Amino acid sequence: MDSLDFTVVLPRLPLFIQGAFMTVQLTFFAIVFGTMIGLVVALAKIIKFPIVNFIAGIYTWVFRGIPLLVQLVLIYYGLPSLGIEFTAYQAAAIGLSLCGGAYIAEIIRAGIQSIDKGQMEAAHSLGMSWSQAMFKIIIPQAYRRLIPPMGNEFITLLKDTSLVSVISMVELLRTATIHASSSFKPFEMYITAALIYLLLTTFFTVAFGRLESKLAISE
Amino acid sequence: MIIIDNISKSFGTLEVLKGVSLYVKPGEVVVVIGPSGSGKSTLLRCINYLEKINSGQIKVDGQLIGRKEVNGRLVDAPNKEIYKIRSGIGMVFQRFNLFPHMTVLQNIMEAPISVKKVSKQEAAELAVQLLEKVGLEEKANAYPAHLSGGQQQRVAIARALAMKPKIMLFDEPTSSLDPELVGEVLAVMKDLAKEGMTMVVVTHEMSFAKEVADRVIFMDEGKIVEEGPPSQIFTNPSHPRTREFLVKIL
Repeated sequence: MDSLDFTVVLPRLPLFIQGAFMTVQLTFFAIVFGTMIGLVVALAKIIKFPIVNFIAGIYTWVFRGIPLLVQLVLIYYGLPSLGIEFTAYQAAAIGLSLCGGAYIAEIIRAGIQSIDKGQMEAAHSLGMSWSQAMFKIIIPQAYRRLIPPMGNEFITLLKDTSLVSVISMVELLRTATIHASSSFKPFEMYITAALIYLLLTTFFTVAFGRLESKLAISE
Repeated sequence: MIIIDNISKSFGTLEVLKGVSLYVKPGEVVVVIGPSGSGKSTLLRCINYLEKINSGQIKVDGQLIGRKEVNGRLVDAPNKEIYKIRSGIGMVFQRFNLFPHMTVLQNIMEAPISVKKVSKQEAAELAVQLLEKVGLEEKANAYPAHLSGGQQQRVAIARALAMKPKIMLFDEPTSSLDPELVGEVLAVMKDLAKEGMTMVVVTHEMSFAKEVADRVIFMDEGKIVEEGPPSQIFTNPSHPRTREFLVKIL
């Protein structure tokens, strides 16, 4: 057994930070676009319009049912065969958003449907349309209930960004892999990446914990 | 004001309304009584199209509910028209259904602002007036969760009145209240009746029916069994089923 030597990490730390920055960037895209996709798909599942329900159902079925890793290689390595080419960065952002969107859609749908039916009826009885009731009455209430599962999903998305290392994106995990082989110190490099991941997910845990307790007070 | 003509309504294979006809005059207070499952709440909910009827027709203020005549044929009315009709019919629910994420004032202001597009200031002034009317002006900035059931229901009445409806529907408005809170809600309803509001009230409060109703409707098994002025229904019901029900409830 070699003795551990963490001094080899220090000179590489800026590169790790660069990798972590890429991880954060991809997480940010996945959250923003995933949430937008999720909201649209969730509404598409709830609205009384069978064809729209069906399409939304297909969407979550496909993107939740195929492993993200497979989706990523399919987008990056597979689609060029059909003449559709993306850079690794684009492929990573698209893959993460589409998959995250499918999960977020289910979270939002469940949140909306957990609101008492009487709320929609009360809004309707006042003459409000379906969309007015949805955006002014139902979603603002569902929003509070969405905080815990969304926090969970954001953490999952952050961790899932490590999968894009297989399509040659140099994010946190890939940075560690590169330096593990160049320095012959795999443990030190991977444990550094692991700790940075832990630090990043802790940020979400704390932020969502605070948000939750803040909203609990105003209720 | 309200013309209900031979309507039927089924939930799956369960027929809840079996050919109900009813005419409510402007300013009239009609109280609907009957055992649970008799279809009285469903009847109320059909009037503002929260439930879609299977046959027959309902007209409110001369306008067909949920249907529209196009080239001599009746078709489903577009949602827009349904929303418009509903905005002129106030409804008060058994379980209040206030919006829990809004203050009392916001609850009352929301529909006038988003449906009628009145200014915020105008809506706020109206809301304050209505809160005074139901005796809750000091609760304007409270959230529904901090009010008693009776107070919540009075806010719900104010919220419905904010749309300046021509008709008010009450669906067992006091049934989920503690007994000592029933009076304050009934008092608000009596005031409304005195002001000449057209009201259809589903309730088990027989004292309210006796005192305020112009007409009492007794429903059982999806049909109107008997109707008449409260003096007649309560003292001299003609139908044995009405008598049976009143014996149980009084």
